[in-house]
Amino acid sequence: MNRHIFSVLVEDSPGVLSRVTGLFSRRGFNIESLAVGTCEQPDTSRITIVVSGNDVQIEQVKKQLNKLIEVIKVLDITDLEHVERELALIKVKAEPGEVRSAIMQVAGIFRAKIIDVGTDSLMIEVTGDSSKIAAIEDLMSPYGIIEMVRTGKIALQRGAGTACSGR
Amino acid sequence: MKSGAQILIEGLKEQGVDVIFGYPGGVVLPIYDELYDADIRHILVRHEQAAIHAADGYARATGKVGVCLATSGPGACNLVTGLATAYMDSIPVVALTGQVPTGLLGNDAFQESDITGITMPVTKHNFLVQDVKDLKRIIREAFYIANTGRKGPVLIDIPKDVSTTKIPDEDGPDQQIKLRGYKPTYQGHGKQIQKAVELIEAAKRPIIYAGGGVISSEASKELVEFAERTCMPVTTTLMGLGCIPADHPLNLGMLGMHGTEYANYAITESDLLFSIGVRFDDRVTGNLATFAPNAKIIHMDIDPAEIGKNKPVDIPIVGDAKNILTDLLKRIPATCSHPEWSEKVQNWKKNHPLRFKEDGKLRPQYVIRRLAETLGDKGVIVSEVGQNQMWTAQYYPFSHPRQWITSGGLGTMGFGFPAAMGAQVAVPDQPVFVIAGDGSFQMNIQELGTIAQYQIPVKIVILNNQFLGMVRQWQELFYERRYSYTELPEVQFEHIAKAYGIEAETVRSIPDIDSAFKRALNCNGPYLLDIRVEREENVFPMVPAGAAISEMIVGQHTEHEEE
Ligand SMILES: Cc1ncc(C[n+]2csc(CCOP(=O)(O)OP(=O)(O)O)c2C)c(N)n1
Repeated sequence: MNRHIFSVLVEDSPGVLSRVTGLFSRRGFNIESLAVGTCEQPDTSRITIVVSGNDVQIEQVKKQLNKLIEVIKVLDITDLEHVERELALIKVKAEPGEVRSAIMQVAGIFRAKIIDVGTDSLMIEVTGDSSKIAAIEDLMSPYGIIEMVRTGKIALQRGAGTACSGR
Repeated sequence: MKSGAQILIEGLKEQGVDVIFGYPGGVVLPIYDELYDADIRHILVRHEQAAIHAADGYARATGKVGVCLATSGPGACNLVTGLATAYMDSIPVVALTGQVPTGLLGNDAFQESDITGITMPVTKHNFLVQDVKDLKRIIREAFYIANTGRKGPVLIDIPKDVSTTKIPDEDGPDQQIKLRGYKPTYQGHGKQIQKAVELIEAAKRPIIYAGGGVISSEASKELVEFAERTCMPVTTTLMGLGCIPADHPLNLGMLGMHGTEYANYAITESDLLFSIGVRFDDRVTGNLATFAPNAKIIHMDIDPAEIGKNKPVDIPIVGDAKNILTDLLKRIPATCSHPEWSEKVQNWKKNHPLRFKEDGKLRPQYVIRRLAETLGDKGVIVSEVGQNQMWTAQYYPFSHPRQWITSGGLGTMGFGFPAAMGAQVAVPDQPVFVIAGDGSFQMNIQELGTIAQYQIPVKIVILNNQFLGMVRQWQELFYERRYSYTELPEVQFEHIAKAYGIEAETVRSIPDIDSAFKRALNCNGPYLLDIRVEREENVFPMVPAGAAISEMIVGQHTEHEEE
């Protein structure tokens, strides 16, 4: 089982996301993470999908994705030089006083931002790869994580190559 | 100014549509109103499932796109089985459905269903038209998608207000097909083809395994020429029957679960499996690990996702079968270099023929053989699903592509009769026979009304065993004859047919068969034959599910044995 990151360029039309996710569930491929948004090309979105499987399964994922009419390009960037990022918002219990300053210190070390302050809570915004987010989550949990959300992984190939040029 | 309904009808005519199978309802009234004076033939079925099966049968008989029309909600939902059937067999169909007005979409309005959502897994693609300005382009795209690449069903969902809204009559640039993400590969890769040539030349025990892809790419002539040039025996899937004539010396008939002994032996001993337009379905391969265990595999298919899906392949070739075979023929010299193998295969063929007991009892295999003798190579044979289907596949000597229509991948009971209706509409000058089980026939029996109304001269042959025969066979062989809910009461199909105004008769013995077929054939309209066959006849050979295909149960009903 290997983890693969696909960067998938799709038509920005209604229903395309459910076609993609439907394909995964129907064929028993497990999506670990999925992030979607518009991208540099008009009428086009980029979906970043992380999926685990053996070589045969991964090959099938790629081919089945390619069969969807609204999928323009599928690039497996796992083995290409690339950058991965994820964003998390963490709401943590933080009574004013020592605890609060300790949390703010940890956030500072992770270059995370405090984006909301409540009477006894803080919201932290952090970006990075999965391990960085896992690390800050670990450090925050003793204080009591009230709520947390992650975007799912986004990734781009390094250098001038694009999913469209395929290089 | 033109309404959406007008644009739709014009779009269909632009695509060469001459017949639609359909059923009306509230939200398609604007479309039906346009159809009233359009010069497109509309056939009113009795159930939407029959509309799509008929469109599918039309497509299988001609290679053209079949078209059906249904209303929203219940009408649209009744298309699902037919869409799945066409999808599994890669048949080009365009299904048009009505939808509630765009303003009500998502409100659980009366007769609303999210049909694009429901049918996503069983269509090649589908569209919800949200703006009448897109309609013309979407029709063009739908037909293009349905009938190119790996063919398949496409659904267009049309809200009522899209049908009624009028827009200026112009053909702007945005009406052209624009599908950035859809570029089927038609030409095989030259290097891969060359590698295939080398394997073929080196092979000592090569065999061709051909499927529905050969039929849909119209590659049967090239296939036969290639087989003859290389002296390779050919076995076909259920879907591939007819791509090489049954009486061709190289033809081994069907392989797999109910394949011939000789095809299954030859596959098992082959050292090269040349697979064309097939998908290594489990009904064909049995236990994958023992399927062609010693063979190198060349797999050509228009759908890259089929290659290597079930079985690793040595040489993949993506492209259209006809193009690739044409290319191969240019590169392959005339060689017949494996006489030992040919002899072995011919011996299997001679020593293990398909057989059934001929003891004066009326057996289904006999009925099929007599029908074939009556028809010669004329006509189209459609089957239902079950034993009737397998016996037809085994015993009917198909001589050309599109002579045989059956639901392969999904095995849809109730497909055959409406599909035969669609085929008969497509080829009005040829006799069309549907061979049915009494169970399957009752799944769309209401279409007797349709063939009576339009005098569609389909001939219905019911192999009536008063059982869900194929399921009963499994119960007999694997569940100690515990016939749990597979027995059907006797039905006088003759009376039912006559009630619809269709000529019919019941046949109970061997001497009556030939004359009954003649009467059916000579009748100008539809005709039904209720043939009372041996009730507990089995389909043999049979590979138990999951076993190696060389491990067949060959059956007790041989002509040499006494009971
Ligand atoms: C819609 C549907 N339901 C159930 C089945 C399962 N099934 C396969 S064969 C068969 C029996 C068919 O009986 P009949 O049509 O009488 O044909 P026979 O096998 O007797 O020739 C059944 C129930 C099916 N293929 N399709």
